[in-house]
Amino acid sequence: MTTSQTVSDVPAASQAKMFKHGVILGLFCLGFGLLLAITDAVTIDDIGARAIEDKQNSLSQVLPDDLHDNNPVTDTLSMTNAEGKELTVFRARKNGKVTGVAYEIFGTGYAGEIKLMMGIDATGKLLGVRVLAHKETPGLGDKIEAKKGPWIERFTGLSLGNPPLERWKVKKDGGDFDQFAGATITPRGVMAAIRGGLEFFAENQSTLTKAD
Amino acid sequence: MANSDYKTIVKDGLWDNNGVFSMLLGMCPTMAMTTSATNGFGMGLATAVVMAASSYLVAVFRNRITTEVRIPVYILIVAAMVTVVDLGMNAWMHELYKVLGLFIPLIVSNCLPLARLEAFAAKQSPLPAFLDGLFMGLGFTIALTVIGAVREIIGSGTLFADASLLLGPSFKAIELRLLPADMGVLMMILPPGGFIVTGLLVVGKRLLDLAAGKEIQMAGAHAL
Repeated sequence: MTTSQTVSDVPAASQAKMFKHGVILGLFCLGFGLLLAITDAVTIDDIGARAIEDKQNSLSQVLPDDLHDNNPVTDTLSMTNAEGKELTVFRARKNGKVTGVAYEIFGTGYAGEIKLMMGIDATGKLLGVRVLAHKETPGLGDKIEAKKGPWIERFTGLSLGNPPLERWKVKKDGGDFDQFAGATITPRGVMAAIRGGLEFFAENQSTLTKAD
Repeated sequence: MANSDYKTIVKDGLWDNNGVFSMLLGMCPTMAMTTSATNGFGMGLATAVVMAASSYLVAVFRNRITTEVRIPVYILIVAAMVTVVDLGMNAWMHELYKVLGLFIPLIVSNCLPLARLEAFAAKQSPLPAFLDGLFMGLGFTIALTVIGAVREIIGSGTLFADASLLLGPSFKAIELRLLPADMGVLMMILPPGGFIVTGLLVVGKRLLDLAAGKEIQMAGAHAL
């Protein structure tokens, strides 16, 4: 084998040295690997709890508390959306009947994907939309965030027929919804995502609201 | 070590040999995180914790780390400390983590911790090494906060916006709005603003040093 020949060409002294360095590096890796394992074990429960809290917070903004007596975070349904993406649907129930559902929708903004959470009641009326993650320009595109402006609240109470489908666009494209000064692509992406989310609901209404 | 040496460590870290304004190290997090004073401050503090811990550890093990493998060992130690901070913050300082979480892993790519390990911690006993890491980190924090403040005031018209998310509700009072919302010069929050502000502040610091009759240190010369 070529590798063993190369190694045997190296004088014994420097071979021993190489071995020593390898052992030192290995021991450091082992020690710090152990430290990371311990840190992970100590924090894993708390991190899991925080993740559930975060989900609960974002869900409570799109599924009002008076709509359900269950915990939508744990009452989920797995579905596949029109783009073939795996989707977790969170269900709000009252007395066992599904009163609303929430799921993630995705739009393409100016700087990549915009992830949103959308809540919709059993009749197809929007309960609320919130941005979960985006990389839009600060000061321009980030007005889609609820804490930066009221724009996203505009959708609450609307549905696929109200306004009619062809008006579910920003004003620049002949629709009903304001864009921002200096940023059209971002609201356009959000609009497309919401429209897609509403269409997903319309196509799957019976599955989504089935009280199994 | 004599007291005067500790004084030098503090002065070097905070001003004379400041990681950003004198050595121009760590430009990646500096540009990415200084869109507001609060972000810069938080990023700086997280970096300071990582630097103090990794400098201490390198000094403790300095006689065991051979020259040949020192760079991988340093990177291993910095990366391990970053991961510990990342997990710990996610679990126990979750509000802060939501603001800074994305940027914590950037600390690994910051060459300032690595430069201090190589230039200082590797040759010193643990206490001075710890202090050097800490004060270099605090100097970094000051630099990022100042750059962030300038960019935030001109760019968004606010100062210390969202500080209460980072430091707790009692800090709501320092969140200021100095200019109307639509007066902000957007470019200052975008990457070019970061370079412009940092450049001007580097000039400003050197003018102050000149006025004080200090010798100007060349970027990086002292460190490596």
